[in-house]
Amino acid sequence: MRSYTPKDDVQKKPYYTDRYWVAPQVAKTDVSEDAVFASDLEAIKSKFEVLDAYIQVGQMVVVINAHDNYGVIELLKNELEYNQLSELSAIDWLSSEGKFEIFYQMLSMSKRKRIRVKCKISEKESIQSVEKLFRSADWSEREMYDMFGVVINNHPYMKRILMPDDWEGFPLRKSYPLQGDEFAQWYEVDRIFGKEARDIIGPENRDSARVDRYDTERFARLGHEVPRGADISQGEPDTPLVYQESEGVFMIQKFDAEKSVVISDRDR
Amino acid sequence: MQQANRLRPFFENITFDRDDNELILNFGPQHPSAHGQLRLMLHLQQEQITKAHPDIGYLHRGMEKMAENMIYNEFMPTTDRMDYIASSSNNYGFALAVEKLIGLEVPRRAKVIRMMLLETNRLMSHLFWLATTALDIGAMTVFLFAFREREYLMDLIEDYCGARLTHAAVRIGGVPLDLPDNFIADLRKFLDKLPENIKDYEDLLDSNRIWKMRMENVGVISKEMALSWGCSGVMLRASGVEWDIRKEEPYELYDEVEFSVPVSDKGDNYARYKLYMAEMRESAKILYQVLDMYADTTPELMAHAPQYISAPKIDIMTQNYSLMQHFVLVTQGMRPPVGEVYVATESPKGELGYYINSQGGAYPYRLKLRAPSFWHTGILTDLLPGHYIPDVVSIIGTTNIVFGEVDR
Repeated sequence: MRSYTPKDDVQKKPYYTDRYWVAPQVAKTDVSEDAVFASDLEAIKSKFEVLDAYIQVGQMVVVINAHDNYGVIELLKNELEYNQLSELSAIDWLSSEGKFEIFYQMLSMSKRKRIRVKCKISEKESIQSVEKLFRSADWSEREMYDMFGVVINNHPYMKRILMPDDWEGFPLRKSYPLQGDEFAQWYEVDRIFGKEARDIIGPENRDSARVDRYDTERFARLGHEVPRGADISQGEPDTPLVYQESEGVFMIQKFDAEKSVVISDRDR
Repeated sequence: MQQANRLRPFFENITFDRDDNELILNFGPQHPSAHGQLRLMLHLQQEQITKAHPDIGYLHRGMEKMAENMIYNEFMPTTDRMDYIASSSNNYGFALAVEKLIGLEVPRRAKVIRMMLLETNRLMSHLFWLATTALDIGAMTVFLFAFREREYLMDLIEDYCGARLTHAAVRIGGVPLDLPDNFIADLRKFLDKLPENIKDYEDLLDSNRIWKMRMENVGVISKEMALSWGCSGVMLRASGVEWDIRKEEPYELYDEVEFSVPVSDKGDNYARYKLYMAEMRESAKILYQVLDMYADTTPELMAHAPQYISAPKIDIMTQNYSLMQHFVLVTQGMRPPVGEVYVATESPKGELGYYINSQGGAYPYRLKLRAPSFWHTGILTDLLPGHYIPDVVSIIGTTNIVFGEVDR
């Protein structure tokens, strides 16, 4: 029977999981346990709706509504002294709940605290840019758009950043295969030689570990050398091994343990 | 209209028939001073830059995507390829993030060895920075001097883990190997000579007329700009923000060693240069203290957590159950608890952060690499306008960007 791979998540999965396996959880503690976080949370709660808040591995996580993102980040920056936006990106939950989760990782240097603001949007929704507050969001939001296709409103320069401008597809989505899709396979051929050269050149090999045993143009096997381009699909001649030092090549000698010197001092 | 993507000459650097005097110059991606595959599109008025568009992605390998398709231990060698000038610090950041996720405590000897690796890597990175930046400015001698010292450190690292550039010298849960014979003596010998070496560089550069002209008051980053652009490390401290993660959120043994964090409020290239030199001295200070700690440690190197970490080799070879667990951990991988973690460490370039979202599987559901150089490249958009073409080279130099890290 053919194995079934869901189209919306083609990432690698463990081939075996015990049927009684229950994944343990990283402990979530209540925000009231940390005075600084508790007061920050109160300040956010007084102005915006907070869906969930907890402390995990020493950092507070605040889940908000997606349309509040600009307001919350503004509040954190201007009133709560979170003066750096260290990271901003998305997580693809399209296969399970049809949503992207967007997280803003912020740092307060005066309080020595880190906080993560999270919100969820569906695939068709867009989110407000926070580039006006933190310039670092300029590039992170471009990267998020590039990798996930999350559309950002009011961004000054919404273009792809890592992938080429004319790329199709969003590489970090779970539906995008690791080796790239069909578009990726033909990308370089199409751009450099044109579509008409597809038949001559063929698709790009995107499996970096692939070895073609019969391709003597591009692959050689040590100890089984044959002339380049020889057809060995019908069996191959046995080539005796000849080392170049045995024929007296200039400057190349056979290793002689007796004559070699071991340098033990580093100050050579 | 020409098509840019065919193999025909295409004069994208030259724009004809323009009313204004603006020239668009393509700096890179093969420019030797771009420190990698950086393409800068510079709009010029005479020699002055009016607009700059850094274009990155030429070294994009999709590490975050790869991470989602690899078991945790498998990803460790990939982290080497981020900041390949100081790979152990990348390994360490990843190992620390996974350890925080699992809640592991690492044995003390492993911590001491990690500290040694981290600080030697910092030295290697700073020496490399000094060498290449000085070379860009034209100081060939400093390049040769600094590479000589870096070579010594690379030999030391090679003695430890067998690799010179891509170390993979840290494991999740500890370190794989104990220090080889003579490592401590060799490192001490290096450190004893280091102040002399640093003085050599400084004698050549500090009051060098050309160096000062190219560095002083060039590439000034204000405090607000540095914070807003997410700068970290020396880029931030040169702009007057005293923030070193080693000091403020200490990890490993950084709370047990004494060192100071050099800060400058000038914000220009020269300030950054001085900070790099000062940081090398501080690293040496830390290394001396760590070397003394080594003798008091017990020989365990890996944490004991059979569910996540393989047992020591002697157990694997003698005990059936350890062998079984090792087999499962290698073929299927460890499965950290469900949860998410963001861990920042102070890599030589700045704040290196790993965000891991685990759904209890053997593969991370999402792994975000927060590489400092990414934003240090982004800041060029705002930093370059107003400067002249020769300044571009020195500014790129002092931002200390590595493209393995920018593009990931």
